[in-house]
Amino acid sequence: MRIETKKFDNPREKYIDSLKFSLYCMTHPLDGFWDLTHEKRGTLAAANTILFLTVLIRLLKLRYTSFMFMKVYWEELNIFLYIASILFPLALWVVGNWGLTTLFDGKGKLKQVYMATCYALVPYPLIQFPLMIFSNFVTVEEAQFYSVLSSLTLFYAAILVIAAMGQIHEYSAGKNILFTVATLFAMLVMIFILMIFFSMISQGISYFVSLARELMFRL
Amino acid sequence: MQKKNLIKKACMVVFAAAIALSPMQVQAKEAGYTYNYDYWGDVQDSPDLYSVGKVFTSTELGLDVKLKNPQGMFVKDNTIYLCDSGNNRILVIERKSPEKLEVVKIIDSFTGADKTKFNNPTDVAVSENGDIFVADQGNARVLKLDKDLNYIMEFVKPDDNTLDPKLVFQPNKIVIDTAERMYCIATGINKGLVKYESDGTFAGFVGATPVTYNWTDYIWKKFASQAQRAKMESFVPTEYENIFMDREGFIYATTSVKVEDGATKPSSDAVRKLNLMGSNILVQNGDWDVMGDLYVGSGGGYEGPSIFTDITVLDNDVYACLDRNRGRVFGYDDQGNMVFAFGGNGNMDGYFRRPSAIEHVGRELYVVDSLDCSITSFVPTEFGNTVYKAMDTFDEGKYDESGEAWREVMKMNGNYDLAYIGIGRTLLRQKNYKEAMKYFELKYDAQNYSKAFKQYRKQWVEEHIALIVIVLLLLFLVPLSIGKIKKIRYEIDTADYFQKELRKGR
Repeated sequence: MRIETKKFDNPREKYIDSLKFSLYCMTHPLDGFWDLTHEKRGTLAAANTILFLTVLIRLLKLRYTSFMFMKVYWEELNIFLYIASILFPLALWVVGNWGLTTLFDGKGKLKQVYMATCYALVPYPLIQFPLMIFSNFVTVEEAQFYSVLSSLTLFYAAILVIAAMGQIHEYSAGKNILFTVATLFAMLVMIFILMIFFSMISQGISYFVSLARELMFRL
Repeated sequence: MQKKNLIKKACMVVFAAAIALSPMQVQAKEAGYTYNYDYWGDVQDSPDLYSVGKVFTSTELGLDVKLKNPQGMFVKDNTIYLCDSGNNRILVIERKSPEKLEVVKIIDSFTGADKTKFNNPTDVAVSENGDIFVADQGNARVLKLDKDLNYIMEFVKPDDNTLDPKLVFQPNKIVIDTAERMYCIATGINKGLVKYESDGTFAGFVGATPVTYNWTDYIWKKFASQAQRAKMESFVPTEYENIFMDREGFIYATTSVKVEDGATKPSSDAVRKLNLMGSNILVQNGDWDVMGDLYVGSGGGYEGPSIFTDITVLDNDVYACLDRNRGRVFGYDDQGNMVFAFGGNGNMDGYFRRPSAIEHVGRELYVVDSLDCSITSFVPTEFGNTVYKAMDTFDEGKYDESGEAWREVMKMNGNYDLAYIGIGRTLLRQKNYKEAMKYFELKYDAQNYSKAFKQYRKQWVEEHIALIVIVLLLLFLVPLSIGKIKKIRYEIDTADYFQKELRKGR
């Protein structure tokens, strides 16, 4: 199926259309993600919406999933850390992927990598939300349905991410998988550097703090 | 500087006021004597289930020769048999009340054998008809005496080829079943319990513990040379620490991973319930394994997992394990839920220095301390009695009463998970599924919640079957009819007649 490229005068219409297009991407990953950038079917606004929905559903799941599947230790829960548990890996992935692929003639821009990754997250809110409601109507014996579907969602999203990267960078399948693995390594390297960076900074700050303290005691 | 002082002063004033205004706190027992673990493994302080009745030392018992390193204890009805191992004698003590124990007999010799004295007796057991079995460790035998202390027979080292001939038989702990078969733990024999028939013949080993090892050790061993390997510890089954036979004839046995072996993880196999085949049938449905303390890091001078040195099973299948590492008593119910944990190392009443044996008379607990040379009696408090009442009435099928009792328990201790689950279970039996679900959900009991929910769901569907059918029909009919209407509209729009009209108009 070929969708003809339409011109939208109204940005609102364009937004709605690009949001709907995410469903097409989900069911036709190769075709969809090609059109996403090359035919300019996607918008950043829609990508942000999908990301927002993903985070929102993940938060809602904490409260509304049946306790059989999700036991939350509320005393220790930090909502910001929990949100960051999606946003931080996403940021690492986007930056790492972009950084690597620009060096190896990937066609995607940073913006497009971000957009495509967000579009690939669509199965998460779309499946997890009904699943969350469903979880309240099952017993322990039927728990398998939930867990299988739930893990399938993540698997689906992962496949979509890989497909999306291949299409926007115009990579062959082999090269695509190679760079997926390379990006994962890049993420690890970035985490390592960030950790060193933060420990250096905190050491540096504590040095100046103790210096200032020493001065205050002596003066 | 001035500001700092001001704060300090303010703090002191507040502190002083807090002390002055809280006489209750000062009177109350030291916090954390009795506790329990919740679903998350957090320690939840609890009111005491047991309080100290009395501590009996040699003076209280009225003994001329002081107790020395007492090791084993056995209770039959109201009579306590205590192995005063260091003095090579056995004390027969009459329990008048938890506050009054009376020594009625001191057994230090018997008649009818070559050696008529004990040498380091470590455990004693009495059969139904009054025969006394003594693990006479120093003399490498288990003695069977009749009630008038006449020698009947003795059980010696098992005649088994797999045993090292040089090994000296050191019976440590014994139990007797109703047919007077004898099960014995012997030092240095790790093949399980040594079982003897009632006529004294060796009948095999029962219930060896499975071999456990670290996988790192295993890998090291793969790479080690022959000589290195010989120096390493070999992987052998752990020996049992102690045994107890419950009223149904099941043997409860405790094992330990010793702290000296560098154990940092509690063993989930700390307590085993052996059937006749020697396999473990202990139910572990609790939030946590039956293993005593969950946090085994060093603290207060003690580290490593709990070591259950003795175990006793009450008549309601609640079993109390005695931890000699931290001097605590842990109680579990028949499902493996922790009922209580109390005690600690120390010199105060209710604390132990080196506990060695635990027994029960009815619901009272008696703990022997081998270093303190004392017996401590523990009496259930009101809270403890209510918990037991709730369990008993539930087992008897009096669910209303049980529910009432659990509610009372909950009033006394809102952090007692068993109370919530107990209320839930009684509600489940009373077919009040919705309420039951609420209680199970509060304490994350997925199994019971599912049971209640399944019934609730069934009930709901049965009550609302008409509604469900209507909704389902609507779900099918509405899209269908919408499609139909759309189709008709389309057909009208594209009908030849109108097309012609349009063409004409053009």
